[in-house]
Amino acid sequence: MRVVAAMSGGVDSAVAAARMVESGHEVVGVHLALSQSAATLRESARGCCTIEDAGDARRVADRIGIPFYVWDMAQRFRQDVVEDFIREYAAGRTPNPCLRCNERIKFSALLDKAVALGFDAVATGHYAQIVDDESGRTLHRAVDMAKDQSYVLGVLDAEQLARAFFPLGDTTKPQIRQEAAERGFSVAKKPDSHDICFIADGDTKGWLTRRLGEAPGPIVDTDGEVVGEHDGAFAYTVGQRRGLGLKVPRSDGAKRYVVDVQPKSSTVVVGTEDLLGVDVIEGDHLRWCGPRPQGEVHVGAQLRAHGEEFPAVARAEGDTVVVRLDRRARGVAPGQSVVLYDGTRVIGSATVASSTRA
Amino acid sequence: MVPATTYLDHAATSPVLPCVVEAVTHQLGQVGNASSLHATGRAARRVVEESREQIADALGARPSEVIFTSGGTESDNLAVKGSFWARRAEDRRRDRLIIGAIEHHAVLDCVEYLVRHEGAQVSWITVDEQGRADPQQVRDLIEEDPESVALVSLMWANNEVGTVEPVHEVAQVAHEHGIPFHTDAVQAIGQLPVDFAASGADLLSLTGHKFGAPLGVGALLTRRDATLVPLTHGGGQERQLRSGTLVVPAIRGLAVATTYATEHLESEQDHLVVLRDKMIQGAIDQGFDIRVNGPHQVGDVTHRLAGNVHLRVPGCDGDSLLYLLDAAGVECSTGSACQAGVPQPSHVLLAMGVPEEDARGALRLTLGHTSTDADVTAFLAALPAAVERAQRAHDTTRGGS
Repeated sequence: MRVVAAMSGGVDSAVAAARMVESGHEVVGVHLALSQSAATLRESARGCCTIEDAGDARRVADRIGIPFYVWDMAQRFRQDVVEDFIREYAAGRTPNPCLRCNERIKFSALLDKAVALGFDAVATGHYAQIVDDESGRTLHRAVDMAKDQSYVLGVLDAEQLARAFFPLGDTTKPQIRQEAAERGFSVAKKPDSHDICFIADGDTKGWLTRRLGEAPGPIVDTDGEVVGEHDGAFAYTVGQRRGLGLKVPRSDGAKRYVVDVQPKSSTVVVGTEDLLGVDVIEGDHLRWCGPRPQGEVHVGAQLRAHGEEFPAVARAEGDTVVVRLDRRARGVAPGQSVVLYDGTRVIGSATVASSTRA
Repeated sequence: MVPATTYLDHAATSPVLPCVVEAVTHQLGQVGNASSLHATGRAARRVVEESREQIADALGARPSEVIFTSGGTESDNLAVKGSFWARRAEDRRRDRLIIGAIEHHAVLDCVEYLVRHEGAQVSWITVDEQGRADPQQVRDLIEEDPESVALVSLMWANNEVGTVEPVHEVAQVAHEHGIPFHTDAVQAIGQLPVDFAASGADLLSLTGHKFGAPLGVGALLTRRDATLVPLTHGGGQERQLRSGTLVVPAIRGLAVATTYATEHLESEQDHLVVLRDKMIQGAIDQGFDIRVNGPHQVGDVTHRLAGNVHLRVPGCDGDSLLYLLDAAGVECSTGSACQAGVPQPSHVLLAMGVPEEDARGALRLTLGHTSTDADVTAFLAALPAAVERAQRAHDTTRGGS
């Protein structure tokens, strides 16, 4: 097959590209330029769009002897990931931009362009496994549970999955580093990227404040009493405890957490830990990774990247799903994704719209 | 099967001539620092000086006017920065540079540096839709305040669209006001007659690898009365203007290539222009509304470089075309600069008034001494499928979800 290997400049995508070549595919390396001002991000050692990263990816491509191109997806990335991220936070929700990027950039804009140019598929360095058997193609967790990224791929539908390769899913991260070193890749010891690639300094709150402006408002407790103030409700997320700066302590001294964010009235609601636990989750933007299950299904529900999996029962209706966890989960914020599993297999995903206690 | 490669990127670099390979290889086997006083050094120096004389003879310069450098970028840096520093040191009022808007980045980025760090002012020489500058505009720019001008610089021929600039006229205008004139002739040698003395230029940049010499050697032709502050300090080679041990084999290669290029100029022009015109006409005839950037008349080699084809393909990204042609074994360029590997709309096309969207579908194909009819045929055979695919990819990736 003719395959585009998405090469970020990191160690994972480097090994993924090399493995694709060795499997006999005709591979072209593509680095996505996602920042509109790549040169200004030169100082950043992490992230996905620095000149240094593009150079690292090129070195690897040259070493394994494949053509290499940089494709400019900065405009699409800004529209579909960065602005979506800002909009979601402004609406009091907590999005996962990596998931959005997989859905709309890597397996949409990139894949569409690749297919239009005559390629069959896109390969990435994600830790997840694709299994083909008589029932068709399915997405599974990686063998390395510490690195498993099936959660951020849970948004892919069957068509996208049909054109995806994840060559690293059967290997652990330390083995990948070892393999990169054996292959002589200069990126073998390059640190992992983490956090959000377009927020280079990791200060999400400051980054959002610069874009959304300050929008001060009250922090209230569940009785409506004002116990503090904030510069912008968007900077708070359900389950958060640190950085609240509450002036009025509770009489019983119990710790308080953000239990609700109400962007319209610019209000942050805090309450005790027991209020954080929810076991009924309503999701929208439902997507199935394969055939749509009928009626109630027993699933494992994962609510955040590298979060724990809760046994649950899911019932879908149209574009929405109700997921009933068999015990309470803490800090479930609207905008997060809930990814549903059957064993190691990803069944589908939805975006958390609301959550309650049964 | 991997298709045979069709190399259509001679403006990036052209294969080394066989006679040059021979001369350089021979010289690589000889020991000698041209600055040494002993017999071995004298032998090396003799090679350097004979090469210098040979280059001067071929290009209408005096031997002492040939300053060897590492290539076009260094020559441009020495010319622009060196002139600015020297001329301003002579007279503090001289802080203005009059520069072609379509110069290579080797000139543009020097100017940007001087503006940003040394308070230089810049007046841009604009171009018409063919990419051609107007000497009258240069006169007007100078006459705004002649005392303030440190240097006028305009390239001999543009590296992207192949437009030949009126350098003789502009040199004349600059000299009327006693202002030095620099021309970047990197693309001109081998495709146009270049006579340094007759051109009136005070400084002329050239690089060997565009006409069959090895990479990494070039020259700045420097009139004896030109004042320059050097970029490198050290052993005082090259009239103190370019310190550094002379690269004798490369210099030998530059001389052999320069002589070859000059002696074969007319036959090379005839050879290239036929291929060029066949390529342009063939591309246009394919019916994608493909247009030529820069001046084009069949058989003309005085307004457009004989080896330059620059096409604008509507509804395509140049980088998609580049990839598809590359995959089909046809090697060319979008001709424009990259930022982190991302092609930017060419400043040359934008200066010519091409809309930004159209500028993204540019493709540069450049011919040289090894080009053949088969190259043209291979390109024209690969083009339609590439354009169709690139247009589809362009449509697919427009807009967001």
